[in-house]
Amino acid sequence: MAKSEAEVLEGLAAIVAEETGLDAADVQTDKSFTDDLDIDSLSMMTIVTLAEEEFDVRIPDEDVKNLVTVGDAVKYITGAQA
Amino acid sequence: MTNVVITGLGATTPLGGDVPTTWENALGGLSGVRTLDNDWAEKYGMPVHFAGQLAVQPSEVLTRPETKRMDPSAQMAIVATREAWADAGSPEVDPERLGSIVSSGIGGVWTLLTAWDTVRDRGAERVLPLTVPMLMPNSPTAYVSLEIGARAGAHAPVSACASGAEAIGMAYDMIVSGRADVVVAGGTEAAIHPLPISAFAAMQALSKRNDDPAGASRPYDTTRDGFVLGEGSGVMVLESEEHAKARGARIYGRVLGVGMTSDANHIAAPDPEGAGQTRAMQIALKNAGVQVKDVCHVNAHATSTPVGDMIEARGIRGVLGSHADQVLLSATKSMTGHLLGGAGALESVFTVLALRDRKAPPTINVTSPDPELEVDLVRDIPRALPADGQLAAINNSFGFGGHNVAVVFGTA
Repeated sequence: MAKSEAEVLEGLAAIVAEETGLDAADVQTDKSFTDDLDIDSLSMMTIVTLAEEEFDVRIPDEDVKNLVTVGDAVKYITGAQA
Repeated sequence: MTNVVITGLGATTPLGGDVPTTWENALGGLSGVRTLDNDWAEKYGMPVHFAGQLAVQPSEVLTRPETKRMDPSAQMAIVATREAWADAGSPEVDPERLGSIVSSGIGGVWTLLTAWDTVRDRGAERVLPLTVPMLMPNSPTAYVSLEIGARAGAHAPVSACASGAEAIGMAYDMIVSGRADVVVAGGTEAAIHPLPISAFAAMQALSKRNDDPAGASRPYDTTRDGFVLGEGSGVMVLESEEHAKARGARIYGRVLGVGMTSDANHIAAPDPEGAGQTRAMQIALKNAGVQVKDVCHVNAHATSTPVGDMIEARGIRGVLGSHADQVLLSATKSMTGHLLGGAGALESVFTVLALRDRKAPPTINVTSPDPELEVDLVRDIPRALPADGQLAAINNSFGFGGHNVAVVFGTA
């Protein structure tokens, strides 16, 4: 059962919060992972690995660099589910 | 000559989540050893069902992201470091004059084995990107350097059960040689996992007293049957006396000297004559400029193994001669179990506190002392050290591989 963008955002925000200690409510679609949320590349790869498992999708390494904002990731994951 | 003083102490151990609780319970002769908090013994058919498990889990004091990014060995080192650093007054130190030397004997064994479970059960793609920085044995000292901003060097000498003492010895050398003014030094170990327990048991190194966990670690007792695995961390802030006095720091005691030798005899067994252990003590006393008659206390390595305890005891008698009759011997592993890479550091903390309080901690569970023991063993309750004058004490730590470390501490 594919998840909606809102459901993906909620799940992704929970993963980011768990990894970084940020409040899940601060993980909004317009936020940049690096500039706003201060997530380094290793943490980003950790979040990607956990998201792949959570949403049962595959996010190739070459696509990760295009996931600049939380919204980019939500769109990518939502689309990849189909 | 640079004098090295101790200005901060930290620990998380089977006896308590900090130094005051750990020391109080050690003086009270309590055991931190209990039956395993899980079903491993039955599930895996393990011959040993108990260990010296932490009194306070790091997850109770660290943030969730911290516990996810660090192996338990590094988590424990950070808990101990935060206590020690605050205890030292969170000093302002030139980062390029500040070092960290925090060792682990085994490294990130939990991370390594959990990652292998992931590869086998869920596939290679599921391995987390932080696995390598979590499993590497220098991870605790690296995280300590990040914690305090230490840029003079971050080191992690590995010498099995002597690692924690070796770290303190190297920290002493680092200050004496002029490479740093302040070094956070100690050891940590988080190896209570089915594999290390099974592997140590396979060596016949562990006590199998499953029906009496709290009575299992009994150094020098005639019925001792092996060591008890423990976990935790001990850390101390070492500082040049000049630096400490300039900032008005409270001084617990002194590191007077260090002796380190290697047996080159056997990969696991100690030299039966204890020659390397004896030399380590002699070198440490000479390095410290301390006469045998000035030694009042020894915190022994004494792990409760049938062979090892008496090799060390004969060595202590050999080094101290008839003065050994006036020296109070304590084997605190009887209460904490054996923290492996954390042991030498925690026992250094105990030795410093014994000198400060002029009180030697007890050795518990000794109901029938080995008849060959010719040193005055402190049993069951603490005993007073001399009330006046400068005192010196030795902490011994020895490791598989033939590593021998003796550190001589002095009163402030």
